[in-house]
Amino acid sequence: MTLEIVGITVLISFLFGYVIVGSIDFGAGFFNAYSLLTGKDRILTNVIQRYLSPVWEVTNVFLVFFFVGIVGFFPSTAFYYGTVLLVPLSLSLLLLGIRGSYYAFETYGARGHKGYSFMYGAAGILLPASLSIVLTISEGGFVEMVDGQPILNYRELFMSPLTWSIVVLSIAAVLYVSAVFLTWYANEAGDREATDLLRKYALIWSLPTIITASGIIWELRAHNTEHYESLLDLWWMFALSFLLFIGTVWLLWKRKNYGLAFWLLIGQFALAFYAYGISHYPYLLYPHLTIYDGFTNTAMAAALVIAFILGFCLLIPSLFLLLRLFLFNKEYVRGRKEDEHA
Amino acid sequence: MANEEAVFFSRALTELTLSFHIIYATIGVGVPLMIMIAQWVGIQKNDEHYILLARRWARGFVITVAVGVVTGTAIGMQLSLLWPNFMELAGQVIALPLFMETFAFFFEAIFLGIYLYTWDRFDNQKKHLLLLVPVALGASFSAVFITIVNAFMNAPQGFDVMNGQLVNIQPVLAMFNPAMPTKVAHVVITAYMTAAFVLAAIAAFRLLKGSDHIYHKKALYLTMKLGLIFSIGALLIGDLSGKYLAAYQPEKLAAAEWHFETEGEAPLMLYGVLDGEEVKYAIKIPFALSILAHSNPSAEVTGLNEFPEDEIPPLYVHYLFDTMVTIGMFMILLSGLYWIGMKRNWTFIQSRWFRWLIVAGGPLTIIAIEAGWWYAEVGRQPWILHGLMRVPEAATTSGHVGTMLYLFAFLYLILGVGSVVVLTRMFRKNPVEREILDREAEKTAERQTKGGDEE
Repeated sequence: MTLEIVGITVLISFLFGYVIVGSIDFGAGFFNAYSLLTGKDRILTNVIQRYLSPVWEVTNVFLVFFFVGIVGFFPSTAFYYGTVLLVPLSLSLLLLGIRGSYYAFETYGARGHKGYSFMYGAAGILLPASLSIVLTISEGGFVEMVDGQPILNYRELFMSPLTWSIVVLSIAAVLYVSAVFLTWYANEAGDREATDLLRKYALIWSLPTIITASGIIWELRAHNTEHYESLLDLWWMFALSFLLFIGTVWLLWKRKNYGLAFWLLIGQFALAFYAYGISHYPYLLYPHLTIYDGFTNTAMAAALVIAFILGFCLLIPSLFLLLRLFLFNKEYVRGRKEDEHA
Repeated sequence: MANEEAVFFSRALTELTLSFHIIYATIGVGVPLMIMIAQWVGIQKNDEHYILLARRWARGFVITVAVGVVTGTAIGMQLSLLWPNFMELAGQVIALPLFMETFAFFFEAIFLGIYLYTWDRFDNQKKHLLLLVPVALGASFSAVFITIVNAFMNAPQGFDVMNGQLVNIQPVLAMFNPAMPTKVAHVVITAYMTAAFVLAAIAAFRLLKGSDHIYHKKALYLTMKLGLIFSIGALLIGDLSGKYLAAYQPEKLAAAEWHFETEGEAPLMLYGVLDGEEVKYAIKIPFALSILAHSNPSAEVTGLNEFPEDEIPPLYVHYLFDTMVTIGMFMILLSGLYWIGMKRNWTFIQSRWFRWLIVAGGPLTIIAIEAGWWYAEVGRQPWILHGLMRVPEAATTSGHVGTMLYLFAFLYLILGVGSVVVLTRMFRKNPVEREILDREAEKTAERQTKGGDEE
């Protein structure tokens, strides 16, 4: 395995981590705001807040890790993506800023403040949509080289059905992942009412997720034939992913084993995500940049890999502790009073 | 190739983001240590007040952390968005500490989550305090790693340039560049200093606003004492920074001191105005610049005239430097007087005007931090990578940077106002007097339900 492959595998794994924890986080914020709007906050807020509170900052680190890592391993991405993504990513940063800080303002400063809740709920749902633009751009066709500088063609980008399908998928997937997870979490907490409501949301959002995901593969046939063909070579991964999807929905429908349903969902997304990643190989940006011509020098790559391994040894036990104390701690999930924040 | 407008707005936006972020980042690095010390003192003295102090600081700290995290994410991404050519070049040599910083940040984030939600889970307070250690370490190491990147921009090393390509790259050597020791030490210790004086200002403010509770007096004494220690440390390290500059970036020191001719027995100039190359109305401290630069009153200090005109920074950095130094000195004096006064029972340190000075010390130290960073960044001009890459070559060529500047100005406005409003509300709604009573009532209730066998 070459250093290029090691680098991109680490990065895509952290991106996958961000997609999952970020989805849960953003979806939860949205459901929280929605329940305030529809007067169902009595049912949902408690469960959502208990999960979100100790982990919000960790979610953000996954994203930082990804973009610092990609510029570290592939410095040329700074040149290509840095130049073309100024506007889209600045908008993402705006949303991220509002989402992160207003979440903290509401949770630690002004519990139950409706304005703050709406602000971070709305920002959170727009955030994946804006971040997903990066994936669209990576498919190529929107960036031209003029005088050696990459230029983003906004008109093309906004007129493309691919862009909008990916936006819809990102939102649907966020709500779906989040609802499935929270159904499980609410069930663990023994909260019947919340479980039922969240289960309903999960079932509602399952269909748009799978439809847009399949639609995007089909759209790629016209947009980027090369990528489409390498996607087809990995058909078995998508087939397996689809079966896992069926499994999740079936369990939810039958009100059985929500924990397993969530793990099947992780499997479904992991298969689809990695299949997407593998088929993207070797391009970071079609057709301008591959992982080979954008790679850093060997000395830096080796240093980064060593730093990653050492960092990881520190990280895994800490993450495990966090999960054990909050996520998989029945006492905490059910809500003892002593565990209120500072 | 460089687009002047894009360069201008890229600089403006970076300056805006850094100036805003640095307030929250400095508090974020310094306050965890203060919380740790307060909780430790509380455990040692078995004094509820210090524990409560730690707890209330932690509560406020979360709000500042949140803004620090999101603005830190913004500056992290803006490095690539606004300075793509710089990141493409420098990333090959200095990506390692940037990457390590995310691990420090990760570590801090995880344990902060745990620490905040486990105040009452442990019967033994010491165990809870242990959870704070990774938070404080993570916060300080974030600062260390990020400052290493900044140090590299001032004194790049760990590579060779061959035909315009960087070769023979040594990432670890790049990290331990000559600017690194003094810069890292200066940034970290001034963060501790600032945190101490900001918290002291809050305590003094509460005392001025009618609360006479011993809690605030304890807080004030603790933070002023810590502030004194850290500000003296900052002074000593600042002196070493002067020696670093004299050796590696003499033009940066000379610009700060309006020192044109290379000469020995150089005086230190404070304030004044510039008339051509003549410094008027300045306070001159004889030999001081020679001492700052080389620890020797007769040593020769390189002047600005040794450098080509397009390689020296703008001369207004003199005022930034003076602002930083003056505030630093003032804070040493203020906290020193307070500390001696407490020992000797001088009454004036309990007076209203003296407390108002302490209150002013909070914003003043923040201003010193800003001035210090502006000096550090503007003083490096015209370089983004000293001797290798100029700022205009590094910037994006995008035509939309101006609009982004307004977008981010709007964001920082809502974050700034939001954080201040939330923090004031939070502590106004739950003053310490009430919280102390609440906690006592809770304890009594607990004791009674246990069967009252302690009676």
